[in-house]
Amino acid sequence: MSGIPHDHYEPKSGAEKWLHSRLPIVGLLYDTLMIPTPKNLNWMWIWGIVLTFTLVLQIATGVVLVMHYTPHVDMAFASIEHIMRDVNGGHMIRYFHMNGASLFFVAVYAHIFRGLYYGSYKAPREVTWIIGMLIYLLMMGTAFMGYVLPWGQMSFHGTAVITGLFGAIPFIGDAVQTWLLGANAVGQPALNRFFSLHYLLPFVIAGLVAVHIWAFHSTGNNNPTGVEVRRTSKEDAQKDTLPFWPYFVIKDLFALAVILVVFMAVVGFMPNYLGHPDNYIPANPLATPAHIVPEWYFLPFYAILRAFTADVWAVQFVQFITFGIVDAKFFGVLAMFGAIVAIALAPWLDTSSVRSGRYRPMFKMWFALLVVDFFVLMWVGAQATTFPYDWISLIAATYWFAYFFVILPLLGVIEKPLPQPATIEEDFNAHYGNPAE
Amino acid sequence: MSNHEEHQGTRRDFIYYATAGAGAVVTGAAVWPLVNQMNPSADVRALASIRVDISAVEPGTQLTLLWQGKPVFVRARTQDEIDAARAVNLDDLVDRNAENANIGAEAEATDENRALSEDGVWLVQMGSCTHLGCIPLGEAGDFGGWYCPCHGSHYDTSGRIRKGPAPRNLPIPVAEFVDATTIKLG
Repeated sequence: MSGIPHDHYEPKSGAEKWLHSRLPIVGLLYDTLMIPTPKNLNWMWIWGIVLTFTLVLQIATGVVLVMHYTPHVDMAFASIEHIMRDVNGGHMIRYFHMNGASLFFVAVYAHIFRGLYYGSYKAPREVTWIIGMLIYLLMMGTAFMGYVLPWGQMSFHGTAVITGLFGAIPFIGDAVQTWLLGANAVGQPALNRFFSLHYLLPFVIAGLVAVHIWAFHSTGNNNPTGVEVRRTSKEDAQKDTLPFWPYFVIKDLFALAVILVVFMAVVGFMPNYLGHPDNYIPANPLATPAHIVPEWYFLPFYAILRAFTADVWAVQFVQFITFGIVDAKFFGVLAMFGAIVAIALAPWLDTSSVRSGRYRPMFKMWFALLVVDFFVLMWVGAQATTFPYDWISLIAATYWFAYFFVILPLLGVIEKPLPQPATIEEDFNAHYGNPAE
Repeated sequence: MSNHEEHQGTRRDFIYYATAGAGAVVTGAAVWPLVNQMNPSADVRALASIRVDISAVEPGTQLTLLWQGKPVFVRARTQDEIDAARAVNLDDLVDRNAENANIGAEAEATDENRALSEDGVWLVQMGSCTHLGCIPLGEAGDFGGWYCPCHGSHYDTSGRIRKGPAPRNLPIPVAEFVDATTIKLG
């Protein structure tokens, strides 16, 4: 493997040599585990381990839940109650799985915003970034389809809304929606196929996670300074890095333990806090819950979907220049997906040559505003669509796009960055003192 | 390639293209059934028409029923609701099309073009919001008709979209009176 120079695995005993010449799997594991890692990584570099743990948690709890679940419109809700009341320990397994989805999204948002602040998306890590965004999209699809399976009121009507997003596509929308649902309306075909895909996609995610790790092991980790590890020689590289095992594994596991304390408290004492009571009502096709909102992790993008109504001039303008093909409904859908695509395009929208936000004084403030904006969108996404919430969501949605398509490109030109350290070692010693002295 | 000194087409080139072409066709033929199986199955496609007994629907109330998996609103409107619907200027409408499957596709969205009965009492329409398919609540919203709680679309007493993100009026399905108290849907 290319990348940072370091010691590779050398088989020593006869058995090791025998295996290594036939399948170098121990070497692959050794090189992956001993990868040189920038020694100045801070606490925002722990989310990868949290995410990996959560993926394993979700697959493990999911596989056992399937042993008791029935994907049929007449039996799905009852089988969930069967898990909750009858299956040995079933309620805890389900609560782990339900809240595991929330932990997954807490971690992935922290991970993404970490990348946005420290410029982890910039060359040469664009491929890592794009694969990460694909994983995020698959996570959203998997989480949505999992929420459908209990066949409660929110499951049912959420499915109608989300598949309705595809129905907004001009000309082919109705056909696409019918194809997705397998019928003109939400029913048995939809439940069955969502169950199938909800089981499949986590394994696709696991595969992409391997590629994600492979990609950043080729380029090396980013770090809080954004300065690259020296690759001139193994000795230089060793001044900037420490092996992943044991230094970062232990640190990450400590962070994971702290996070799991909070997670266990939620699972144990308030397992339904993040859910909606309406989903404990069996699905009724004749009545939509009075206040239908998606799970919290979709709210920011849901707010963007709702923000662009027909009375916004930008929507009217787009409708006019596309001869009505892009109406308010399709505009909202495009805006929602566009808000996610904007994150994926960050490597090409950011024109600054300085990687880390630490040395970008103007960027810092706009970035802080983006974080605030994210939480505002999350909050307003759960509110009604009346005044003043309509204006708040419109302004917040506009800032989201302005950040990626206006501010990021402009800042690289007008901003005067602060001086960066020459090496990671220099930055590390400035913080912790020179270990040689 | 072994034929690199010969630049005109050779038999080997032909075999390459033929193999690639056949491979593409076979792949497409293999993938299409996997895609098509997700379309509605024969039992779902079988068009159902149902007869609805409306004798118990009093003026000012609504019967909500499920037809082809989707809710249908059958409302007996009060005179106030009819008057309110007929007083609307067509220029105030978002969607000027009647969206009525029983009459021409170009018909204007007057209340007369949407009501099922001549006197305007009976209004039969699909009960799913044209935005993203939630079920609007009756006797609600700024126009006294229907209000969709999901994303805030307001429909008037004729089921026409007046405010909010929905693009179209609530569609009127194919429906007719079989006798005075029975409506046939589909």
